[in-house]
Amino acid sequence: MQIFHRSANTISKATIIAAVFLVGGLLWATIQLQRSPYVTYEKVARPQPVPFSHQHHVSGVGIDCRYCHTSVETSDFAGIPPTRTCMNCHSQIWAGAPMLEPVRESFRTGKSLVWNRVNDLPDFVYFDHSIHINKGVGCATCHGPVDRMPLMYNYASLQMEWCLDCHRSPDKYLRPREEVFNMRYEQPSGQKPMLMDGKVYTDQRSLGTDLIKKYNLRTVADITSCSTCHR
Amino acid sequence: MMEEKNRKQHVEAVCPSKKDKLDLETARARIAETKGPEYWRSLEELAGSTEFQEMMHREFPKGASEWADSVSRRGFMKLMGASLAMAGMTACTKQPLEPIVPYVQQPEEVVPGRPMFFASAFSLGGYASPVLVESHLYRPTKVEGNDKHPASMGGTDVFAQASVLDMYDPDRSQNVTYRGELSTWGEFMVAMRDPLIAQNAANGAGIRILTGTVSSPTLADQFAQIRSRYPEAKWHVYEPVNRDNVIAGAQMAFGQPVETTYKFDAADVIVSLDADFLYAGFPGTTRYARDFAKRRNPDAGNMSRMYVIESTPSSTGAKADHHLPVRASDIEPFARALVSGLGSAGGGGSLKGGQQKYLDAIVKDLQSHRGSSVVIAGDHQPPAVHVLVHAINQSLGNVGKTVFYTEPVNANPINQTDSLKDLIADMRAGKVQMLVIAGVNPLYDAPPDLGFADALKSSNIPLRVHLGLYQDETSQYCHWHINEAHYLESWGDARAYDGTVSIVQPLIAPLYGGKSVYELMALFAGQTEATGHGHVQNYWRSKHTGADFDAFWRKSLHDGWIEGSTFEPKSVTAKGAAASSATSQNDNSIEINFRRDPSIYDGRFSNNGWLQELPKPMTKMTWDNPLLMGPAMAERMGVKTQDLVRLELNGKNLTVPVWIQAGHPDYSVTCFLGYGRARAGRVGTGAGFDMYPLRFSATPWFTTGVKISKAGGTYLLASTQGYQTMETQDGDNRPLVRTRSLDEYQKEPNFAQEGNPPPELTLYPGYDYAKEPYAWGMTIDLNACVGCNNCILACQSENNIPIVGKEQVNKGRHMHWLRVDAYYQGDRDNPKAYFQPVPCMQCENAPCELVCPVGATTHSSEGLNDMVYNRCVGTRYCSNNCPYKVRRFNFFLFQDWETPQFKMMRNPDVTVRSRGVMEKCTYCVQRINHHRIDSEVAGRKIADGELQTACQQSCPANAISFGNINDKNSQVSKQKSNQRNYGLLQDLNTRPRTTYLAEIRNPNPELEA
Repeated sequence: MQIFHRSANTISKATIIAAVFLVGGLLWATIQLQRSPYVTYEKVARPQPVPFSHQHHVSGVGIDCRYCHTSVETSDFAGIPPTRTCMNCHSQIWAGAPMLEPVRESFRTGKSLVWNRVNDLPDFVYFDHSIHINKGVGCATCHGPVDRMPLMYNYASLQMEWCLDCHRSPDKYLRPREEVFNMRYEQPSGQKPMLMDGKVYTDQRSLGTDLIKKYNLRTVADITSCSTCHR
Repeated sequence: MMEEKNRKQHVEAVCPSKKDKLDLETARARIAETKGPEYWRSLEELAGSTEFQEMMHREFPKGASEWADSVSRRGFMKLMGASLAMAGMTACTKQPLEPIVPYVQQPEEVVPGRPMFFASAFSLGGYASPVLVESHLYRPTKVEGNDKHPASMGGTDVFAQASVLDMYDPDRSQNVTYRGELSTWGEFMVAMRDPLIAQNAANGAGIRILTGTVSSPTLADQFAQIRSRYPEAKWHVYEPVNRDNVIAGAQMAFGQPVETTYKFDAADVIVSLDADFLYAGFPGTTRYARDFAKRRNPDAGNMSRMYVIESTPSSTGAKADHHLPVRASDIEPFARALVSGLGSAGGGGSLKGGQQKYLDAIVKDLQSHRGSSVVIAGDHQPPAVHVLVHAINQSLGNVGKTVFYTEPVNANPINQTDSLKDLIADMRAGKVQMLVIAGVNPLYDAPPDLGFADALKSSNIPLRVHLGLYQDETSQYCHWHINEAHYLESWGDARAYDGTVSIVQPLIAPLYGGKSVYELMALFAGQTEATGHGHVQNYWRSKHTGADFDAFWRKSLHDGWIEGSTFEPKSVTAKGAAASSATSQNDNSIEINFRRDPSIYDGRFSNNGWLQELPKPMTKMTWDNPLLMGPAMAERMGVKTQDLVRLELNGKNLTVPVWIQAGHPDYSVTCFLGYGRARAGRVGTGAGFDMYPLRFSATPWFTTGVKISKAGGTYLLASTQGYQTMETQDGDNRPLVRTRSLDEYQKEPNFAQEGNPPPELTLYPGYDYAKEPYAWGMTIDLNACVGCNNCILACQSENNIPIVGKEQVNKGRHMHWLRVDAYYQGDRDNPKAYFQPVPCMQCENAPCELVCPVGATTHSSEGLNDMVYNRCVGTRYCSNNCPYKVRRFNFFLFQDWETPQFKMMRNPDVTVRSRGVMEKCTYCVQRINHHRIDSEVAGRKIADGELQTACQQSCPANAISFGNINDKNSQVSKQKSNQRNYGLLQDLNTRPRTTYLAEIRNPNPELEA
């Protein structure tokens, strides 16, 4: 006696094939999700107590990064300005702007502003600003065109593959130390050659290779050892 | 109760006490057969007990790697099915939005991300340990030694290391209370006004203040002011672990309570009569360990020799070249015989068989080292022994060369037991109107025969005030309880063992608004100044003679001590030896010794989990205080380790478990104080057994006449002694700790080198570490190591290592990244003992790395065996493959992730590990990275000695060297080129980066024969 209809054969085959694709598809979707801005917050602005505009302050007013991020050259943490720093100017200009009320309130009450962290690494990663600045990694290399960000967002995914991209070949990104805080810096090219130490560079690779020597970079094996960032 | 019993049964079923089939007969037979040096870690190992064999086979203690809870197989499969399905999803957690909170006004000196260090001082028993405290954004996270201070030289002791956990202890008292109800400091001050006015009229006749030992000049000055205001007020002092005998001895010998200090680096011969001067709690121990170790270098040609005659095995005894276990009451006859042997008056007396040989050798050795020897007596030996020792040192001409006398550090050197007796008499007589108990806990630790508890509880004292870090046993019978500020939260000052004054400066504002003893005493002294800072500063301003007080103050705070405050040596003359104190010698009557606990001292640190779980130096016991008993006595009584026995003394009974300790003198038992607290906190309450009920005021340290009988039943003890052993099943006795006598070493200087493999033996492609700028390596000098346990706690504090609790320790799941193994050799009744600290070896051919399926442990280019916690999936293959057993696995979420205080305490530079993750020593890679980054920013290389690991930094004996082995001039390279240098299990070709310098003892040839 036949329990199943003949068509059951076809259905079961189709189901098996479909299952393979389904599982594969799910896996692919998970991986894509994991790298999507939904998870990484890449280029997603976060809510903040005050809609602080880097664009206005950097390219509009021309304030240097280090005016607010004071410890970027000396510490692992770049530093986030105390309310006092804001009030240096805003006690004089826009002193009554309703948008700045949380800042004034903080200054009045002595209660800190609570920002949402934008470039937020996982807690098992130990990043150090001072060494990157010192070895010629520009602010914009990781943080993007901050001077064109009305609201701050993280420019990169901050995932490990992104870190390793540079740690595996730093010559792709290094720039002279003098240019580190330059927001409009462009890598040398045939159209825009660059002069450094009496030598003209027309491409990033040769500049990067020379900078690695000049700044005494540790070897790729060194900077890709796990304990460089994890401890 | 039923539950507790079930739990115990369950524990027993899961992990049958591995010690219970110890066969001492076999142990003895085995020693008799042994030829040549053979080392053992526990009596079980020596006896070759089946449990030990089984553990060797399993590599880990039973229960360490099994899921032991009662989940059915079916239930387990269900759970596993679900977790497998979800396994991949764990990586998909979306990071939540995290706040970032800047200052409103940032203090000038703060650079976020860079810790600051402040000098302060930790006090114990009145003696200050100068420390530097690491502060991350004004949160103290780690205590380190003050390397510029002569009493510290960079080292610390275990209590100072663990004090940071005390400060963050969530069980600390957080409020002022009145009759158990919440109150405030303001209300307390108001409530004190009328009684103080009343006392003013009575000249303060009803005021009694009880404190612990005080060395603080400011506090002593406050007491002087209280006395001038209330002439009849009395200041009583009582701590259970006091130095009454030392003070009485000095009084008898010199007519004044002078302080004795020693210069061990100038001593060729050291004779310790029951003095455990190399372990924390002995005044000056940090400096003494440094000085002692300095003279233990066999290559320098002036190695000292130490004889230790002691009543209970200690780490000092373990370091001795000759160790003689005798009962505590036999020390005095020995000292007398020593005096007469050296030809001074006041000696005499005959010695028991066996001791004479030692005495003759010691006398001869001392006589040939006049002026360069030290004889030192233990704090618990009766005054007569101290008098004898003063006489010996004087007759040997040691005074002024190795032994110095100074003013007492103790600001009120009275007999503390008498002081407490006087207080209790006054309390009973109704003379006390106002009792202030500051920082002590007499209800728990006062001698039982004095009846302090009854006197306090009887309501004839109208006002009782308690100041303490905890709501403890005493506070519950006081009207007012003031929550005390921890030393890391308050201003103060204290003297180190040599008299140097350190200013105690706070690292943080009091977490719970606590008040310091200075602020409380100001109320009685009638001082209007409100802050502790003001009191301390005003006192020193009044003492300051120079022009610029501010500069002096800033310098004193910065350096950590007040210049010129060190006591100058005094010239005093010892009177001859005193008459014999009437101790009748009954050889077969059993003596009981009471000692401060190596981990929790007198009980004040009971709620400190780091200290509770710290394996004690000789027994490796955690969380408990069993009764120590020698193997011979245990055999006679027919008891085994963990058996319960009944102690009976003067009509008081106690039932306690036994721990059989090799090298413990016969007809004697030792118990440790500080356990069995009723109100310690969630960690300390109920741990161990309270021994104070047997400690009578006349015999605080030892007494004979205790009756011991088997009580039936056993009690589970968690000792790590047999765990993480590196031996093999076949008992081939691997050369783990390598030792020789100085003579043998000189004849055969390369003895430590045997078994080193040919370097090219590997299938894996090599890596050329020589081309790297840095290759990190470490050496541990076994000769210098005094087994003080500092490195364990320094590591725990630096690397955010959790505690796991007694039950988990018993399963071998404790988390210490660094352990200190104790090895014994020879006669079980008087074995030689050796310490060996074992951190991760950072093998160049690391067996653990090859077996990790997810690449969570890999090698760095500088030779570190990196551990990537976020990659670890918890297969534990690495731990199985590690021949040194230095990897630790988080079986549960041992780390407390919820308590806010602990979040503030952790080192922000080290990952906090979670459940299911393997962890281990990484040579403090966070410190390496910091120093490397700083040096690269500055465009230079890391200088030798600039970078220290936590264990190295805290080591008082300088036993650990760490640095760049590619730099041939570095300290560690020099150590590694020493012929005593050897790698542990190097024949396995692991090429460990951590190596050891073999231990050399300097025995007296006369005693060796």
